[in-house]
Amino acid sequence: MIFAIAVFAPLFGSLIAGLFGPWLKDQGAQFVSILGMLIAAVCGVISGVHLLSGAGHPTTIAIAEWLHVGGFQVDWALRYDSLSAVMVLMVTVVATLIHIYSIGYMHGDRSVPRFFSYLSLFTFAMLMLVTANDLVQLFFGWEGVGLVSYLLIGFWYEKPSANAAAIKAFVMNRVGDLGFALGIGLVFFLFGSVRFPDIFAAVSAQSHAVYHLFGTDLHALDVIGILLFIGAMGKSAQIGLHPWLADAMEGPTPVSALIHAATMVTAGVFLMVRMSPLLEYAPVALAVVGVIGGTTALFAATIGCVQTDIKRIIAYSTCSQLGYMFVAVSVGAYQASIFHLITHACFKALLFLTAGSVIHAMSGEQDIRKMGGLAKLIPYTYVMMWIGSLALAGIPPLSGYFSKDAIVNAAFMGHGGGYAWFCVAAAAFLTAFYSGRLLLLTFHGKPRGDDHVMSHVHESPLVMTGPLFLLALGAIFVGGVFAHDFIGADQAKFWNGAISAINHPSILLDIDKTPFLIEILPTVLAVLGFVLSYVMYVAKPELPAMLATRFAPIYRLLLNKYYFDELYDVIFVKPYHAIARAIWHVGDEDIIDGIPRGGAGLARFSAGGVGRLQSGSLAQYAFVMLIGLVVLITVFLIFR
Amino acid sequence: MNQAGFPLLSLLTFLPLAGVVVLFFLRGDEESVARAARWTALWTSLIVFVLSLVLWFDFDKSFAGFQFQEVMSWLPQYGVSYRMGVDGISVLFVLISTALTPIAILSAWKQGGARAREYMIAFLVLETTMIGIFSALDFMLFFVFFEAVLIPMFVIIGVWGGERRRYAAIKFFLFMFAGSMLMLLGLIALWVHDGTTSIPDMLRMPLPPHMQFWLFLAFFAAFAVKIPIWPVHTWLIDAHNEAPIAGSVLLAGVLANMGGYGFLRFSVALLPQASQYFAPFMFTLAVVAIIYTSIAALVQRDLLKFCAYSSVGHMAIAVVGIFTFSVQGIEGSLFRMLSHGFITAALFICVGVLMDRTRSQSMDGFGGLARNMPFYALLFMIFAMGTVGLPGTAGFIGEILVIVAALKVNFWLSLLTGTTLILSAIYTLVMYRKVIFGGLERPELKVLADIGPREIVMLVPLVILTIWMGIYPSSFSTFFDATANAMAQAHTVALAGTPAHLASAAGTLAPSSVPAGGAN
Repeated sequence: MIFAIAVFAPLFGSLIAGLFGPWLKDQGAQFVSILGMLIAAVCGVISGVHLLSGAGHPTTIAIAEWLHVGGFQVDWALRYDSLSAVMVLMVTVVATLIHIYSIGYMHGDRSVPRFFSYLSLFTFAMLMLVTANDLVQLFFGWEGVGLVSYLLIGFWYEKPSANAAAIKAFVMNRVGDLGFALGIGLVFFLFGSVRFPDIFAAVSAQSHAVYHLFGTDLHALDVIGILLFIGAMGKSAQIGLHPWLADAMEGPTPVSALIHAATMVTAGVFLMVRMSPLLEYAPVALAVVGVIGGTTALFAATIGCVQTDIKRIIAYSTCSQLGYMFVAVSVGAYQASIFHLITHACFKALLFLTAGSVIHAMSGEQDIRKMGGLAKLIPYTYVMMWIGSLALAGIPPLSGYFSKDAIVNAAFMGHGGGYAWFCVAAAAFLTAFYSGRLLLLTFHGKPRGDDHVMSHVHESPLVMTGPLFLLALGAIFVGGVFAHDFIGADQAKFWNGAISAINHPSILLDIDKTPFLIEILPTVLAVLGFVLSYVMYVAKPELPAMLATRFAPIYRLLLNKYYFDELYDVIFVKPYHAIARAIWHVGDEDIIDGIPRGGAGLARFSAGGVGRLQSGSLAQYAFVMLIGLVVLITVFLIFR
Repeated sequence: MNQAGFPLLSLLTFLPLAGVVVLFFLRGDEESVARAARWTALWTSLIVFVLSLVLWFDFDKSFAGFQFQEVMSWLPQYGVSYRMGVDGISVLFVLISTALTPIAILSAWKQGGARAREYMIAFLVLETTMIGIFSALDFMLFFVFFEAVLIPMFVIIGVWGGERRRYAAIKFFLFMFAGSMLMLLGLIALWVHDGTTSIPDMLRMPLPPHMQFWLFLAFFAAFAVKIPIWPVHTWLIDAHNEAPIAGSVLLAGVLANMGGYGFLRFSVALLPQASQYFAPFMFTLAVVAIIYTSIAALVQRDLLKFCAYSSVGHMAIAVVGIFTFSVQGIEGSLFRMLSHGFITAALFICVGVLMDRTRSQSMDGFGGLARNMPFYALLFMIFAMGTVGLPGTAGFIGEILVIVAALKVNFWLSLLTGTTLILSAIYTLVMYRKVIFGGLERPELKVLADIGPREIVMLVPLVILTIWMGIYPSSFSTFFDATANAMAQAHTVALAGTPAHLASAAGTLAPSSVPAGGAN
């Protein structure tokens, strides 16, 4: 019951703030939606602690039936197990903090009620996603967060770039969603149900099922795993479907913190972990997840090293960290994946919100080349961003160290030091480097902004700094305090059957057996990364420009994000428009409409001697249609 | 007589004609006649709607067969009777017809000019024929209504339409009539074979496969044009472009459904072997339609043409569902048709709202309307999301069911049908951005008022319906369940009676002496 309140309170807050916004005014709408969030957070924490401490029992709260058609049975229900409880706890708490932060950040905006309504609606959709008891409700939440993400990226709808980014995000997500939808279809085809309990119960019996595709018999569970992963790639911005995430930074910064760092983009990881009982029987799918995740982790980190927009650097960092989580999934270390998801939510939300404070202080400037020297002016933000960056880079004893090290080590033990391990280890170095670069360019050195802007630099109000403090506590302590529960000795009790690693039973134990040099490697690399950034941006500031000219092709490749946008423009966008115009003008107007016109003319010509038939043109049309049909059918029968 | 205790369906069908009679006797100056005509038409359609709710409450959902049946002899010597009744697949089509008519009349409130009376008469006659189509249980009677529906719609487009209204009206009529003529041939052949035109009786008489082959083609001509399916969809683009908004509401909301209903009632139920045989052909056309029209929709500048293209793509999904012959597919297509009915109708009304204010229907003329028409923007967004098939809206239910059903047939069919997820998102969001988002710069747009009471009365019920069907579709699926299950089962049984292998089935299906090369 408390669990249900946690899920639905944001919905009510959103509806009231949204529909009655014009009457409630800014403060009223803020009050209503934050009240809803506070209720949700309290209920989320109570129900989460209750279950995770071992006092409660996993259960499913039925709400109503949704769609029952033949065997396709879908219900509105809340699945209350350790996995969903952890996610609900994290989502409600982080979302509440970001709601509060937004009071300060969005102050003076023209559409405050709309903003808070969207934020609460997003939270509701995210909660429906994580509490789903079947794939279709998960898809409901999945698309719901996608919609609100679209609305919030395009929140400042008068900016053309924001609109374009919003559409790009929605459409790219939909490409992944097609995979997800087909995955749902195949699950139903194979299991006769889309409910998690039914699927998980039947999965071992179906472990040898085959599905005929591409002219060969494929392992059905692998196909399902890959289809669902395509969905996850869209939502979690993995390589190929990633370009939308950087553009999504057009949205207000609290949105980036909540949706594009802490919650929505991790939905793909959540889906994979939720389906762990099935993925355990899908080795090929897991291998694909590992390759894509590892590649993304490294690839996004390299881009992050040369970007100049403060938010885009953090966005590429998010992309990279999501790759880490998928690598953990691929070796069966689902627990480590969720652990990193939680710690990442704390420190990445912290980083985004501090970036928001910097942007706020700099009167909207986002280019780190025009910052510098802010450390003395906004010391509190400066410290907070250091905490976030150190946690992100995995410096002990901050949160990121525990979760990230677990993933790197698991990748080493799981794959025997293969490709995925190389990628995440190398990315660990780059992560520290770009974090250091960001900090040094923003806060150190001489101020590069113009005097007018620099004279206005100020620390943010308490509603903005307060949430930062709480998130910083999370970024510092969550890892160390809860490592024991998430991935340590107590993990079996903590997860209570919510995650299955039946074919990788010892991966978490193996982490501790990692060879010493391998184990300390990520930390060493992280320290080296910070050192390198210090060398390049403080000790020898002429070095970056020198490197950029010496390795100009590589620099340009990274600066242009491997030309993915340009490539997609050439491969998809432009041809699509050309085809569309061709279809409309040539296909419809000339050919299809031309056939009856031409046919009518022909018939009139040949029937010229017959004289005036009363229904002449009708007969001609019927005649032409019949001919057309016969031709169509003939062609079909011959070539089928 | 039936569970209503009185001839409910006949009453529903012919009550609008009583309204027409009243309209004929209106006297007075032009202004007062027009006003009286509008109110009379509105009240008539509202009474019909309220009366039709008896179907909603009294329909026996556990019974798969025909209900509310009425039989009267008509031409007994020819086996033709006046027979009305509904089952799970037709009952909600009757209801959507009665529900959309008052909304269409409201959307025509400020049009019609000096001939408002005639305009209203056309709508009431149209309502009679629409209800008649979905409740006729005699093929002859069905055919009469099926043809009669052309007349009021032809008049609505041809008299009250846009600049090229005559061209569009004639194109509409010719496409329809050509299809109907072929269906008439099929009807005669059926009658010769069965000796009756009663649909319940015909359903009990299996047809020889070679006859099914030709009948399928004949029916295909009629229903494919109505739905419409690629490549006979071009009439719809012109019709929607020229028709008044109220005409488009009913054209998209009800007339398109007649094609899908026809496929289910006649092609699938009467011609199981031929339907199975032609299923790949139907899938091909439908998939081409989905992709082709969704791509074409992207580059439309005209809002009405945009809605028309999206409409074709959406109905094609219903076609895929029908020809999977599974419960999920059939119910999915029914959901798709109903949701398409009111969501597309709502989109047309949304366009009408703009046309009423600016006399413009070009996307390029708008932009930034979210600023001064926020409530309109919200409603428009909900309908746009219905078009996109977002879960939680009515559009999603049909889409996911059809995708799931298609996957049982073939992975590629499901994949290609599923491209609608991506393509519909592209065209809808681009359109929405052009109209609603962006800067509000044009001076003539800055003065536009948000939607008024009449428009709220039209749109809010449709919003409720969109969300209701999206989050609690069981209210609707329970109507379909029994009949759809029976249909899917009957199809399996009918196929079991013929050789199982498609190769041999094709041999028996194709007539032995085919003049036009139909045999392979």
